[in-house]
Amino acid sequence: MKVLNDIGVIIGITLMYAAPLIYTSLGGVISENSGVVNIGLEGMMTIGAFAGAAVGYFTKNPWLGFLAAGLAGGMLALLHAIACVTFTADHVVSGIAINFIGPGLALFLCKMFFDGAAMTLPLDLDNKIPRPFNGVFPSNSFLNLVFNQYATVYIAFILVLIVWFLLYKTRLGLRIRSVGEHPRAADTLGINVYRVKYIAVILSGIFAGFGGAAMSLAVVSNYRITLISGQGFIALAAMIFGKWKPQGAMWGCLLFGAAQGLTVYLGGAGLGISSQILAMVPYLITLLVLMVFVGESNGPAANGLQYENDKN
Amino acid sequence: MKKKLLSLLLITVLVFSLVGCGKKAETPVDTTDEGTEAPETETAEEIKVAMVTDEGGVHDQSFNQSAWEGLQQAEKDLGVKVSYKESQQDADFAPNFESLLDEGNDLIWGIGFKLSDAVMDAATANPEQLYAIVDSSYGDNTPENVVGVMFKAEQPSFLVGYIAGKMTKTDTVGFVGGIAGDIIWGFDYGYQAGVQYAAKELGKEIKVLNQYAESFSDVAKGKAIATQMYQQGADIVFHASGDVGNGVIEAAKEQDKWAIGVDRDQNDLAPDNVLTSAIKRVDLGVYYVTEELKKGDFPGGKTITYGLEDGAVDIAPTSNKHVPEEILKSVEDLKEKIINGEIKVPYNEETYNEYLETIK
Repeated sequence: MKVLNDIGVIIGITLMYAAPLIYTSLGGVISENSGVVNIGLEGMMTIGAFAGAAVGYFTKNPWLGFLAAGLAGGMLALLHAIACVTFTADHVVSGIAINFIGPGLALFLCKMFFDGAAMTLPLDLDNKIPRPFNGVFPSNSFLNLVFNQYATVYIAFILVLIVWFLLYKTRLGLRIRSVGEHPRAADTLGINVYRVKYIAVILSGIFAGFGGAAMSLAVVSNYRITLISGQGFIALAAMIFGKWKPQGAMWGCLLFGAAQGLTVYLGGAGLGISSQILAMVPYLITLLVLMVFVGESNGPAANGLQYENDKN
Repeated sequence: MKKKLLSLLLITVLVFSLVGCGKKAETPVDTTDEGTEAPETETAEEIKVAMVTDEGGVHDQSFNQSAWEGLQQAEKDLGVKVSYKESQQDADFAPNFESLLDEGNDLIWGIGFKLSDAVMDAATANPEQLYAIVDSSYGDNTPENVVGVMFKAEQPSFLVGYIAGKMTKTDTVGFVGGIAGDIIWGFDYGYQAGVQYAAKELGKEIKVLNQYAESFSDVAKGKAIATQMYQQGADIVFHASGDVGNGVIEAAKEQDKWAIGVDRDQNDLAPDNVLTSAIKRVDLGVYYVTEELKKGDFPGGKTITYGLEDGAVDIAPTSNKHVPEEILKSVEDLKEKIINGEIKVPYNEETYNEYLETIK
């Protein structure tokens, strides 16, 4: 029983850790399949985390907060799209700028709306994203440890399916991928390359915003400046790990989450391993799996390249 | 065409960001001017003290705010002129120190460990200017024009440990640390000592679970560690882990257990689940040093560590919400004993082992 519960704790931690990353790396998948590199995910996540917490606090409705987070992330992504698609700026440079704008803007707005405080006020448990299976299973049981998660966790997995369907089973998905592989060919076939790229980049911002809100409305219940510190980049790594595919990115995020869960478990097991060494474990595991099992990963052929059509 | 538009756009962005910088530099804030007139009659020259915050700013509901309150108090009581500069990012630290130097301040504060390198750089470059840093110590390398201000974190940790030991129903409590090192060990061993003190009083064994997140910002890890501790039977978890503790408190809230806050009164984060907090009064530290400066004996070249005897560390004022009165009374007695040296609160492994000998 004890072993089962220990496994339950690890799985629970895995899911909690992975959910925000899954949203964000799905965003990365969509954007980069259309050929726009998006290292601005971190900034989009940050603004989403703030918008989610703030709107959630003022409206007392977590779902409005969640939507607002997507909107905020999408707006920031629009900037990225304008810079990269319309003005053919370097994607990486624009992404870095987004990563400065996101936290800066979040802090500025936070100080404006919360009397100069650098964090938003915490939400009550009732005003957070609900936990659909809360109280269904006996507390401290394996099932409770695994399934008593916030709705954001379940939505993340549903979105993996939806994004997979979008990319591989719909016309828009085909266009997104074709634009990312060979924009010139897509253009000659009458696809509006710019528009497709815009849609993909904005969608990626919306997803990253959701990822931020999954942190500020579910993992914890308020936004503060350090809340998003590196998750966007880990999500990006998970996307590359998953070979630019939604299901692959999901596995990447889960692996990283599981490694964190294992670290916390080992740290609490009293094995006398130094905590500094343990803290490296998730990164080492990710690196090892990447080298041993995943093999070469190639992104979309025209990823990161500027595209200008000949009309102007 | 596109390229032209792009460069135009970039120029606009540049101009705006410059405007942004200019505005920032021009808004030194001295909210209360009334206090400044009195001292001018007393002293020929008025003393100016300023501080640099990190990204949190002076309303961060944490140590920046506390430090600014200390300076404002100093302005009121001592008639010094005070101001602050907020940093929007780490890169602002050095320019902020530079511009406060240009404004002719007598003493410039850096608030928080993050600013310790910037203070050191500024102090070495300007040996005539006085600086002070909160929560950081340069040890024997402290320049003559710098004073470090630290707090005896082990003392309030001992007190909250005692409360935890007295109140645990499962005879298991937890401690979540940030990044392992001298500073957090102070919290860790002080807390364990307090728990063991209570255990001895009650004549039972209390287990202390102990884990470090090796981060000060990873809230998810804080939540994961606390969840696991509650799962292992702990009912009270103390954290000394900066923002990681946000996750610890969240876990307590979700599972309806107790968490103990740190540095400031964190009861506002989860009013029903934060039992008490081990607080340090940054405002008092800032005030005391400013007072010394005013008296003309600035304690440069060393680190001052304030403790219970100065009233600079304590348990949170909201503790009476959840902690029974008789326990709070014993806490007052313990404070006396710590101040008069009857109890020597340990702050590292070595002193902790010595301490365990004394309570056997």
